[in-house]
Amino acid sequence: MSLPDAEREIMEYDVVVVGAGPAGLACALRLKQLDADLMVAVIEKASEVGAHILSGAVIEPGPLDELVPGWRDAPPPICVPVEKDEFWYLGKASRRKLPTPPQQNNHGNFIVSLGATCQWLADKAEAAGVDIFPGFAASDIHFTDEGAVGGVIIGDMGVDLAGEPKDSYVQGIEIHARTTVLGEGCRGHLSKQLIRRFELDADSDPQTYAIGMKELWKVAPGKSTPGLVQHTLGWPLDSDIYGGSFIYHLDEDRIALGYVCGLDYADPDFVPFEAFQQFKHHPMVRELIEGGEIISSGARALVEGGFQSLPKVEMPGAVLIGDAAGLLNVPKIKGTHQALRSGMLAAGHIAEKGAAEGFDARLRASPVMAELKKVRNIRPGFNKGLWRGLLTAAIETLTGGALPRTLRNHADHEELEKRAEFNPPEREWGPRELPPRDRLASVYFAATEHDEDQPVHLKILEPDVCTERCTEEYGNPCTRFCPAAVYEMVEDEGGRRLQINAANCVHCKTCDIKDPYQIINWVTPEGGAGPNYQNL
Amino acid sequence: MKILVGIKRAVDYNVRVRVKSDGSGVETDGVKMSVNPFDEIALEEALRLKEAGKADEVIVVSIGPGDVQQQLRTGLAMGADRAIQVEAGDTLQPLTVAQVFKALAEREGAGIVFLGKQAIDDDSNQVGQMTAALWGRPQATFASKVSLNGETATVTREVDAGLETIEIDLPAVITSDLRLNEPRFVKLPDIMKAKRKPLDVIALDELGGVVGVAPEAGHHAPPEPRGRGIMVDDTAALVAELKNRGLV
Repeated sequence: MSLPDAEREIMEYDVVVVGAGPAGLACALRLKQLDADLMVAVIEKASEVGAHILSGAVIEPGPLDELVPGWRDAPPPICVPVEKDEFWYLGKASRRKLPTPPQQNNHGNFIVSLGATCQWLADKAEAAGVDIFPGFAASDIHFTDEGAVGGVIIGDMGVDLAGEPKDSYVQGIEIHARTTVLGEGCRGHLSKQLIRRFELDADSDPQTYAIGMKELWKVAPGKSTPGLVQHTLGWPLDSDIYGGSFIYHLDEDRIALGYVCGLDYADPDFVPFEAFQQFKHHPMVRELIEGGEIISSGARALVEGGFQSLPKVEMPGAVLIGDAAGLLNVPKIKGTHQALRSGMLAAGHIAEKGAAEGFDARLRASPVMAELKKVRNIRPGFNKGLWRGLLTAAIETLTGGALPRTLRNHADHEELEKRAEFNPPEREWGPRELPPRDRLASVYFAATEHDEDQPVHLKILEPDVCTERCTEEYGNPCTRFCPAAVYEMVEDEGGRRLQINAANCVHCKTCDIKDPYQIINWVTPEGGAGPNYQNL
Repeated sequence: MKILVGIKRAVDYNVRVRVKSDGSGVETDGVKMSVNPFDEIALEEALRLKEAGKADEVIVVSIGPGDVQQQLRTGLAMGADRAIQVEAGDTLQPLTVAQVFKALAEREGAGIVFLGKQAIDDDSNQVGQMTAALWGRPQATFASKVSLNGETATVTREVDAGLETIEIDLPAVITSDLRLNEPRFVKLPDIMKAKRKPLDVIALDELGGVVGVAPEAGHHAPPEPRGRGIMVDDTAALVAELKNRGLV
């Protein structure tokens, strides 16, 4: 690297928030509500707020009522009250209605586009005086001389593939702040570094994850039933893989549908994207979307570890909120209310104390944590398969989580089995006709964009492992779990090698999580790069 | 010398454009909007001219509803000195836009009206030419190189046959082509500075000589989707299939 070694320009704030998601925006807005004199900045790597946000999403309105009183009179652009819940168990061509689990009773909740909701929330935060900077990636942490987090460093722009400055080179600035709030979402790349550096996970189980894929469809008139919320279990997954679907019926003939697969699956040949596409061919789904068109699609990892995997959420100079901490409630399949709540809680803490210290205890004593504690055994119950999982879920729900036990979580990347040792199940997957044809066609609907002349933002720490050990043991599962076909094994004059199509990346972080050797490190590309989701 | 730069709010070039299901137009709900890329290039060139000491002030202009202020702020963050929003509805025809630029050019005493060669949404490629005609000044369209020499400008134009270099008297209209330059990245502190730069709002009818003409768009329709492909075994089969379909 021969980048200019000039002193970086510095901007000073009281609080800098990384990530304009529900947690970060709630924190920023609440800080200004509590103390209008505080200087608050929000850094967002997407080209505009909401463009990297992907969620179901059915949300509980309680925390929004607190944050934006009267919001129901001027709701976000897409906001449909839930009218009815349905819960189905699917066979390849069959379906059976199951009783809706109490956690999934969505009476009083709303179906929204979380991306559009974040834009809506960002407007409110800006009106309150928050400085929001979309298109800038917080690529590194600024540490103070004492070793505390002292802010963030914005990534340089205009660096070429080889790491040399281009004519357009602009050095990123440093943003210094008394408190840094990490609201990066699941597996944030700065949060990951900080959790390691400050050993925040020393007393918790490993975090566990899932990959969620989503498509927004415009369907034939009359096919959607606005307010209908459907979830399914079963086919196309075998009972060893935790996962299921959501089908949310919006207004204006729009349907949001998606599929979530736990990343603790063992099958090295499993392709989550393919499971989602198979699911769309179940008669129940196909009937809804056939003849329609895809408006937007994408993927994002989500946290599932809950109570026992929650790291310490404070460190000198910084706090973790939302899914960067890991607050999603799996049985409810919701995290937005937790994100908003933790953001507001952090704001209250920072406004009062002016420091991160004490936030961990505050969060753990709050309803955010009480909610997670109650359901802590439900997700790990599924580690023994679907049926044992449902049984555990029933017991834990009936007892309200009062049984004196906590099931443990295991790291997802350790769960993958070697090809030689794995017995592939019979999945009854058939040929497909509905779009998108493949992952590349799907990426097209994500409108993802990266300048190809920039350093590859997926760092392979030991490339030899890919071409040798991994090929032998797991058959390069990165070429299958990535929903955007970023990873490809190619043979050319140079022999067999891993090709990284970084420009396709939708920033879901699945590779960073599931790679069995933990040698893929996701870092931020140039600010503004990545998907341009439309109402996801 | 003042340079007036027109910037249009258009659907971002990365977005897959969709026609509204009732055929009334293109879907912009929840769609990312940006500065028309050719206009961004025009602005970049104007800023470089100013930085080289050839111009004193760069003014960005956009015509439309309040939303266009977002793109004007981007222009200010890139380095423009001030911005003008001419308040108008969403659908404007090139002639109206040209009338606005002519009126503003006179009002501001502009030395150059710098525009993109066309907008990526309607692809009209008319505003630059019409502005020059209404204003009674020279034009240099599809510019890939611009240099100013006092009273005149030397402009290299991208034409069908290659490159054409012309010299024009100033004031004039110049429209940018793709290869003129690569626009700069906005610096974060400049976004803050842009918030404090002046942004004037003028009503359309405050400008003289603007007669809004608005032909009505009849219907919008997406192109027919491409049919399913077939695989043929050899050239003979390919030729036979093409003949069969009456294509050769």
